[in-house]
Amino acid sequence: MTVFSRRSVLRAIGLAATLLAGVGTAAVSAQDRTSVKIGYAISKTGANAGGAGITTLPNYQLWVHEVNEAGGLEMPDGSRLPIEVLEYDDRSSSEEVVRAVERLATQDQVDFILVPWGTGFNLAVAPLFDRFGYPQLAVSAVTDKAPEFVQRWKKSFWLLGGGHDYTEALSKILLDQQAAGTINGDVAVISVADGFGIDLITAARQSFADAGLNMVYDVTYPVGTTDFTPMLNEAAASGADTFVAFSYPPDTFALTQQAQVAAFNPKVLYLGVGTGFPVYQANNGDKIEGIMSLGGIDVNNEAVMDYRARHEEFIGQAPDWWGSVITYASLQMLEEAIKRHGLDREAVSAELSTGTFDTVLGETKLEDNQLRQLWFGGQWQNGNFVAVAPSDREGASAPILPKAPWPAQ
Amino acid sequence: MTRTILGFALVALGLAALAWLPTQVGAYGVGLLLGMTGYVVLASAWALFSGPTRYVSLATVAFFGIGAYTVAVLSETLPYWAVLLVAAGIGLAVALVVGLATLRLAGVYFVIFTFGLAELIRQLVTWYEVNVTGTLGRYIFLPISPEQIYWQLLALAALTIGIGWLIARSRLGLALKVIGDDETVAAHTGIDISGVKLALFAVSATIITLVGAIQAPRWTYVEPSIVFNPTISFLTLIMALLGGANRLWGPALGAIPLFLLFEWLSANFPSHYSIILGLMFIAIVFVVPRGVLAGVEDLWKRLRRKGEAA
Amino acid sequence: MLSTLITGLVLGGTYALVAMGLTLQYGISRIMNLAYGETLIFAAFAAFLLFTTFGINPILGLVIILPVAFAVGYVIYGVMMQPLVTRSKKSGTLEVDSILATFGLLFVIQGVMLVAFGSNYTSYNYLNVGINVLGANIAANRLLAFALAVIIGATLFYVLTRTRWGTTIRAIAVNPNAAPLVGIDVNRTARFAFALGTMLAASGGVMISMYQTFNASMGVVFTMKALVIVIMGGLGNLMGALVAGLLLGVVETLVATYVDPGLTLAATYLIFLAVLLWKPAGLFGKAAGR
Repeated sequence: MTVFSRRSVLRAIGLAATLLAGVGTAAVSAQDRTSVKIGYAISKTGANAGGAGITTLPNYQLWVHEVNEAGGLEMPDGSRLPIEVLEYDDRSSSEEVVRAVERLATQDQVDFILVPWGTGFNLAVAPLFDRFGYPQLAVSAVTDKAPEFVQRWKKSFWLLGGGHDYTEALSKILLDQQAAGTINGDVAVISVADGFGIDLITAARQSFADAGLNMVYDVTYPVGTTDFTPMLNEAAASGADTFVAFSYPPDTFALTQQAQVAAFNPKVLYLGVGTGFPVYQANNGDKIEGIMSLGGIDVNNEAVMDYRARHEEFIGQAPDWWGSVITYASLQMLEEAIKRHGLDREAVSAELSTGTFDTVLGETKLEDNQLRQLWFGGQWQNGNFVAVAPSDREGASAPILPKAPWPAQ
Repeated sequence: MTRTILGFALVALGLAALAWLPTQVGAYGVGLLLGMTGYVVLASAWALFSGPTRYVSLATVAFFGIGAYTVAVLSETLPYWAVLLVAAGIGLAVALVVGLATLRLAGVYFVIFTFGLAELIRQLVTWYEVNVTGTLGRYIFLPISPEQIYWQLLALAALTIGIGWLIARSRLGLALKVIGDDETVAAHTGIDISGVKLALFAVSATIITLVGAIQAPRWTYVEPSIVFNPTISFLTLIMALLGGANRLWGPALGAIPLFLLFEWLSANFPSHYSIILGLMFIAIVFVVPRGVLAGVEDLWKRLRRKGEAA
Repeated sequence: MLSTLITGLVLGGTYALVAMGLTLQYGISRIMNLAYGETLIFAAFAAFLLFTTFGINPILGLVIILPVAFAVGYVIYGVMMQPLVTRSKKSGTLEVDSILATFGLLFVIQGVMLVAFGSNYTSYNYLNVGINVLGANIAANRLLAFALAVIIGATLFYVLTRTRWGTTIRAIAVNPNAAPLVGIDVNRTARFAFALGTMLAASGGVMISMYQTFNASMGVVFTMKALVIVIMGGLGNLMGALVAGLLLGVVETLVATYVDPGLTLAATYLIFLAVLLWKPAGLFGKAAGR
């Protein structure tokens, strides 16, 4: 009895293996294409869902919708193929995202794979994109190691800059303000003890020291902290005119509320991820005037503003003011590269690396597989989160400082 | 005796077949096998301790994370096999300290204590990395293919189940049965309860540490929120309980179908995944309360009785 | 120092409020409810919806949400837990069964929230004004949560120690097997306690929604915090939950102010582990474990 059942188990395994292999070959032999398969794994649930649901997923949906409205992706011969989407939920787990990408590449044999959300997850899948020959347009990954990664994975593209870019832009603004006599040279900084916060605080220590700014308060708090009153009190007591928080969205929201309650009024208030989220503006109204953060938008750029309007109409909410537009631009680059070279991933990757593209950001070209035309600092001014740094780039607004105190309660 | 030999031969044959499988199924198939085997080991190792003692441990991810982190820290400085040894050593040491301190807690106090332990270790690692080394994420660039990871996990699975089999056949196994049923009785029969419990906890924890260490090279990038993800503890527990934590093959038989179910659900119902999964869980509790294996046995017995009657 | 203490107490008030419902469910109904945090988040979403679409402020919202939560808890216990309790009388597996069943429930509630509200961070501002309490600026919404925690704690404590019904409940918490011998309907009381616990979770959710950002995946954070507090205070002991919650709040604030904000959560778990090692049944627990 036992022997028989074991044998049948083995047979079943063999059968399953043959079936798996069979499915693979069937997908390849379909010569007459009726669609382009594009797949992605994204955190729809779990800890990362909040970020992915703002910066990444809505832009994927919007882009696919718009491309298919227009009849599909344009091929070099002028024909159009509609996009067929394969979507997996990685449940905010590294192991899941790795396996989902393996599945997309070898099982579903999709033509292109879009990236997951977050620095860690983009790194986790980078070796796979490389091994299976897919271009990886990593957007929601802020890393100073991008040049190194480009060496390691030739088809990887890093579009959101590194920590240093942001902290150097910030310290330049602070230096200018200090020179103008608006603020003193003291800075109080808090940061979240997680990838993003650590990357930025490490870069900031360097940038501020180089600029001769004095960090009088520098602490790190764990993810999930809800009460910032002790830190705000300490920062206020430190006498610094500038308060910087490299924070995650829940912390950014809480800091904004608690700073008002504590009547904490630094002359420069710089908060982290979440400052550019639509819900932030909706909740805080005009109290956000003068608050600074990463990213920003040139509001005179009509293409970007038009994109924002379309996003709001299709998704039902506005995009955020930092990563969203970059995500969308990365998809436009992919679309354009496919138009030039079809579904040849090798050629598309080469094109992404060397070509010049017309996107919502204007004329876009990558340098060493990285996007450098970025806004590294922005400020809420009259209901828009406008770009203020780098100040010498066309379209930059001048920062309005000092930030006005919170309205009296 | 011949039956035992036959059994061994069959198991060896099965192992060989499983080890050969990656050459046939492609990268995704290997990924699937790898993930599945990982959970088979986790659930079996968890059951080594928690099955007989009925101590429900949520510390799985504490040890899993220790293993993964050790690899991340040492992968550049030590050869791979030495890293694994160090990881196992650290896991063992932590398990002994924790075990000595906590095994006098009982019931749900132990459950929450182990959960707290996992969180504590995660917070301390984070704090250390942030304040002492100044980076949080670590990179693992080891030239280890998914196939190799799978083979290592397969070997570990065989080892774990082998240990379970040895324990069940030995006098220790008998002692454990008594502990699970009634600790006071066990104490009166001259069994060194705390020693036995500690030993089991240590063995189980060391194996779990190794699983973390072996799987880590697959992720390239490691940070505390990734390797100390509490979901791992919960999934391990659910899988072992579903299969039946008191039986040798129970945890494995819980892990495999559940793992495949997760995969299938997340591929086919990405938006309604949670709801379907939850309903299935509830259904399982009501339909096969004592684990799948016991359920199947009950059914088998009933069928046989019916057959005899007819 | 004084203002730090006050800030800590107010933070602890939130923790205590969240934990008291769980201690009722766990201590009296003997259900280890892993879906506790999801119930709480659900109530937070309900308060958010009432506020943003119907303009009903969260305090009035409580009047609507709490009875609904009680009813839901009552039904869930009747449909899901009752059969498990009945079954476990023979097998004694209620603990494991309830973990598994409520783990499933957790996914169901979370899935429903994901479909209904999406995965985005949600927050709104209500009563976010500073009130000066002995020199410390405290947000009015947090103060309200603190007051609610103390009121609920005191009321339930009074009910449990001074009324006949309270004695019934405590009898069940101490010895569920012997309670029927003195004419106590264990089932009815357990069901009532479970529903009451659900209601407390909902009140915690409504309060938290006023000042904390939440999303559909966040429930487990609250479940775990509540579990830690419940165990620290001693199972089923309301006073214990209240004290342990306040204690944690004070410790976190002190550590954040005087040591390092990076160690607040580590300190929480360290204290928790220390308390358990010192008193294995929690601060106010009497039995030496269970």
